[in-house]
Amino acid sequence: MEIVLGNVALACGLIIGLGAIGACIGISLMGGKYIEASARQPELMNELQTKMFMLAGLIDAAFLIGVGIAMMFAFANPFVVK
Amino acid sequence: MATTGHEAAAHVPSAGDYIVHHLGHLNTTGHPQASVVDFSVINLDTLFFSVAMGVIGLLLMWVVARRVTSGVPGRAQAAVEILLEMVAGQARSIIHSEESRKFVAPLALTVFVWVFLMNSMDFLPVDLLPMLWQGATGNEHAYLRVVPTADLNGTLGMSIGVLLLCFWYNIKIKGMGGWVHELFTAPFGNHPALYLPNFLMQMIEFLAKTVSHGMRLFGNMYAGELLFMLIALMGMGFSSMSGVGGSLMWAGHVVAGTFWALFHILIVVLQAFIFMMLTLVYIGQAHEGH
Repeated sequence: MEIVLGNVALACGLIIGLGAIGACIGISLMGGKYIEASARQPELMNELQTKMFMLAGLIDAAFLIGVGIAMMFAFANPFVVK
Repeated sequence: MATTGHEAAAHVPSAGDYIVHHLGHLNTTGHPQASVVDFSVINLDTLFFSVAMGVIGLLLMWVVARRVTSGVPGRAQAAVEILLEMVAGQARSIIHSEESRKFVAPLALTVFVWVFLMNSMDFLPVDLLPMLWQGATGNEHAYLRVVPTADLNGTLGMSIGVLLLCFWYNIKIKGMGGWVHELFTAPFGNHPALYLPNFLMQMIEFLAKTVSHGMRLFGNMYAGELLFMLIALMGMGFSSMSGVGGSLMWAGHVVAGTFWALFHILIVVLQAFIFMMLTLVYIGQAHEGH
């Protein structure tokens, strides 16, 4: 049982860590492109901002779903029989 | 699981017990759902709070609409007008049919306001309503969860509603024959050998759209709610620890709670906006022939 608990703890760390890496790379790529695009064409800024926030939410979602699942594993562990 | 919660509440509850107890729904069976899928269980708290938020949203809009004036608008009217114009603008840019917009634009507004209000239940202190409920029922182990969108049943229910609307608009715009024709000939092309792959592809698309639509909102709200519970646990550590460690825990709980609540305002609005936008996009796709 201790081995299961330890593995689940490691898994939670991996879920959150790898998800964070992916989400951060995604957001930074998009944020950079947004700044670049609005420097080239400042008149499109408002239009692009809406789209950027929406995409940020879409990128964030996969990571936050991962965080939610990891938290569930950490506190209501389904792999250990109580 | 029910027994662990009850025993723990009798003594000092551990962190795990606290979280597990707070993740239990007030449902028709009286104890947390045992299996992952069980259609005989109805989560009464999700039902109650979602309907209550819907009623509050409608009342709010109704009160503002009744007092609407063509003169200098008050602050409430200006705020609702900004919201209306934002939603109407998004609907106009995604759905090109004037006739469909008469229904879809108000739908989008309703979805946005409703999801926003349901998400906002997260801003209430995590223990406030459950404690009031436990006091009101006299049962100190009573379960209650106040955020309807942190329940997968609530969000998937809404996304399935959107799916049904997509079917309806597919049939309405393209006709039954046209839609069936599209199901078997798009996206790969019109050839007998491609009928089956096309149909499978379309089914996968509908399934993925609906599941991700509901899961996205649920995942964000569930993670947010859990983090609020973890922060509340830091405050609980204050009572069990003495001296400097205890006061540090208390300060940490206040600081972390403040920051997460501020960040959560962004998530709450963003997720309501995304849910609305995806509703529009999916219904807009039903209007387009391949």
